[in-house]
Amino acid sequence: MAWITGVGDTAFGRLEGETALSLMARAAGAALAEAGLERKEVDGLICGYSGTLPHLMLATVFAEYFGLAPRYAHAVQAGGATGAAMAMLGQRLVDAGECRHLLIVAGDNRLTGQGRDSAVAMLAQVGERDYEVPFGPTIPAYYALVASRYMHVHGLGEADLAEFAVLMRRHAALHPGAQFKDAITVAEVLASRPIATPLKLLDCCPVSDGAAALVVSAAPGETRLRIAGAAQLHRHQHVSAAADLADFGLADCAGRARAEAGIGVEQVDLLALYDSFTITLLILLEETGFAPRGQAAALARAGVFARDGRWPLNTHGGLLSFGHSGVAGGLAHLVEAARQLAGRAGARQLRQPETAFVHGDGGVLSAHVSLVLRRE
Amino acid sequence: MTMAEPLAAEFWQGCAQGELRYRRCEGCGATQFPPRPFCTRCGGATRWAVSRGLGTVYAVTRVERAPTPDFAALAPYDILLVDLDEGFRMMAQGAPGLGIGERVRIAFHRQGERALPRFDRHGEDA
Ligand SMILES: [Zn+2]
Repeated sequence: MAWITGVGDTAFGRLEGETALSLMARAAGAALAEAGLERKEVDGLICGYSGTLPHLMLATVFAEYFGLAPRYAHAVQAGGATGAAMAMLGQRLVDAGECRHLLIVAGDNRLTGQGRDSAVAMLAQVGERDYEVPFGPTIPAYYALVASRYMHVHGLGEADLAEFAVLMRRHAALHPGAQFKDAITVAEVLASRPIATPLKLLDCCPVSDGAAALVVSAAPGETRLRIAGAAQLHRHQHVSAAADLADFGLADCAGRARAEAGIGVEQVDLLALYDSFTITLLILLEETGFAPRGQAAALARAGVFARDGRWPLNTHGGLLSFGHSGVAGGLAHLVEAARQLAGRAGARQLRQPETAFVHGDGGVLSAHVSLVLRRE
Repeated sequence: MTMAEPLAAEFWQGCAQGELRYRRCEGCGATQFPPRPFCTRCGGATRWAVSRGLGTVYAVTRVERAPTPDFAALAPYDILLVDLDEGFRMMAQGAPGLGIGERVRIAFHRQGERALPRFDRHGEDA
């Protein structure tokens, strides 16, 4: 079995004077401290990628920088799903006996080291080079196409999307490290600057500096927190190649992860879902089994995903308000879920949750990883 | 920037000549877009075909914040996913204000070095 024995992170936002490596080191140091581990006890290392430090061998670069000599190390690339994919790989490696204490870490200083305009231009290149990029799309535009179809199929409007921007901001207000904490209203989301219709500025996650890390071990820590199930799905890369923008097939991915954990949605106490844009949350909630099709916004308005609701969602504020620092942004969902299950979420602490469902999405709903975390 | 795929160069040459080109499988008959030398369904060889350029809007967005300074000069502009009648889907720019489900017809507009496909409303007056 594979256990999460420590997590760590930095605040997200504008962090002056840092580099990708220095941020990674902060999060990694915090995770090792929580796990009670010395550097020499870490025998596995998995890193994400960095926008400001593109390198062929980031894991080895970080091992040298931080002072690790692991017997297993490499980077993983699955876009926004990378954090969850690294956790799944960690679970598999520990289960296979390859590692006893595996460090997973990601960090980026995208905001101060790269800048918003450069990040937008870099990310737009995720599109198909010959058949999409020539038309001038952006990452928000790819998701906006998805949103247009979703709203058309279900007869929903921009206010339905906005509900989730408001919810994420409300959750972020309780996290000391969140980038955006000032409350917003649906009206303010609707009035924010248009980016790619129907998405406005407040439907989109920010660009942030930050890092996150976790330790996966072969023996339980005192929190007895296990990675109990994991599954992936990859059906397309580019939005124009997706078979159906109203059905990405995620019920299968989520179902396999829950089956491995031996649970159904009724056992889930807490959700940590990738939220690059508001539309991402509606689609993930509905396809992974936590809302009927077209009903995610109605359930949000009814309080189902609030801190005191049936399925509290992204209690740290998600990418939308806690912040999005590349791979670390997706890893932050895991850090938050682990903290909630461990009873270490401070002012945000839910009442004794036992099971979290986590889902990472990379590309344009292209790469998917579902995870189940359980306190045993 | 690396070299375009050879078939992509031929696709864009088609656009410059006012032709929307796609590939069709010689084995199973499936349409193949984006163009590839093989069929992703059966692995068979494909060859060029020319679309009539008529289709239906599948999804639409208006880009207000452009990815680069070049595109910022053109913003806002509409980007569509269009289902062509021959059975493939493509991204392209669209005339302002098109909605999902509307019938459209392709046209080609000079933009920089390329003739860029752009869809216009295909209605009673067409
Ligand atoms: Zn074929």
